[in-house]
Amino acid sequence: MPFAGWEMPVQFAGVIAEHKAVREAAGLFDVSHLGEVTVRGPGAFDGLQYVITNDLSKLDDGGALYTAMCQEDGGIVDDLIVYRLGQDDYFICINAGRRDEDVAHFHQHLADFDCVVEDCSDSWAQLALQGPTALEVFDAVSELDAAGMKPFTFADARVGGVDGVRVARTGYTGEDGVELYLRVESAAAVFEALVAAGAEKGLQLCGLGARDTLRLEMKYALYGNDIDTEHNPYEGGLGWVVKLKKGDFIGRDALAAVKEAGPQRKLVGFKMEGRGIPRQGYPICAEGAEIGVVTSGTHSPSLGEAIGVGYVDASLTAVGSQFNIRVRGKEIPAVVVKTPFYKREP
Amino acid sequence: MSVPDNLKYTNDHEWIRAEGDVCAIGITHHAQDQLGDVVFVELPEVGESITAKDTFGTVESVKAVSDLFAPLNGEVVEINPALEDAPELVNQEPYEGGWMLKVKLSDLSELDGLMSPADYAALIGG
Repeated sequence: MPFAGWEMPVQFAGVIAEHKAVREAAGLFDVSHLGEVTVRGPGAFDGLQYVITNDLSKLDDGGALYTAMCQEDGGIVDDLIVYRLGQDDYFICINAGRRDEDVAHFHQHLADFDCVVEDCSDSWAQLALQGPTALEVFDAVSELDAAGMKPFTFADARVGGVDGVRVARTGYTGEDGVELYLRVESAAAVFEALVAAGAEKGLQLCGLGARDTLRLEMKYALYGNDIDTEHNPYEGGLGWVVKLKKGDFIGRDALAAVKEAGPQRKLVGFKMEGRGIPRQGYPICAEGAEIGVVTSGTHSPSLGEAIGVGYVDASLTAVGSQFNIRVRGKEIPAVVVKTPFYKREP
Repeated sequence: MSVPDNLKYTNDHEWIRAEGDVCAIGITHHAQDQLGDVVFVELPEVGESITAKDTFGTVESVKAVSDLFAPLNGEVVEINPALEDAPELVNQEPYEGGWMLKVKLSDLSELDGLMSPADYAALIGG
């Protein structure tokens, strides 16, 4: 299936089998479509602090930070992860579909800072190894003590006989695991080493289909579905990555006003109470009127229920609020539930 | 891909099993394979009429929504009640437990316009 200029596997063993493998054992995703940008130089810290909404000063060397970056009006340009190699050296993972916009945004807004922006997406591949036994698989191919690393930290290490693999304790599934950034030329070797090591540990190759159901069960936002330039972080459930007190940044005034007044609409998670599966674009209705729109929806393989997220008026966001989803002309009842939809067994 | 000899087929990857003037209808092994895990099947009610080439229902996999197109004109006399709780039967037994509905034909000669197993096998490259 074509996705942002890449030919992507939707499924290998089937979405449900892949999904369950990640929840119960381990899954390996080729997510090389994701983009990578470096920002380096004496002005890199100040520049990035001005471009992103989260507070870069909380990040130490070897740490990773999830953040949004916004337009002046507060609309979300992209959501990304910033990795700090040093005060003057950052490595950033961006969405594939936003590569051109992000790189242009960096160039435009970092022009006055003493730093160099480089889009190195074509040089890096990325693998996500996720699931309760993911670190056992990783341990078989690397000396790095990934299990001893805290969430949202990273280290460069030898993996599967390849030096300089960037190993991050991050993920998009809600499970334990790592994400690996690799030089394109060494990616296949690492991939094959992981597949060989995972053969006895239930490692399953996974496609975009399972990646989507796994992230949706966690209510992790997908750019282009759930968040975009038409929505700000407070509406999209990303208010926690906006740090108004850190100093000036792009969109700060607009976002401060949204926070002061309270967002008028919000992204909520709901489950269907009647038969039907919500899908992107389906209207959300109450008393016959359209009051919102579904941004993502699926059959949840873990819960065996139809779940979705969508934007509704702020008055309808409390758990237990009810509305209807219009599925092919029929209104099917749905109820707002606590998210994440799925909780890992402790 | 399995294409049983005792069935008729359509370009829309449905199979039809004639039993007198009543036909059972489902989707083919190839169709379920292309769809992936089926998680929802929406069918008309007993007593409704279906019109050839119009949509009569929907089948959803985890990722995709697909329309079901009526292969024939007729009246729905039975729907498969098992699919409400076990839509995965469409994947597991597309020609048996995964049947979708039974239709009483208004004109038996319509069966002659359907595809033979050999033609359908050629269509899907098998």
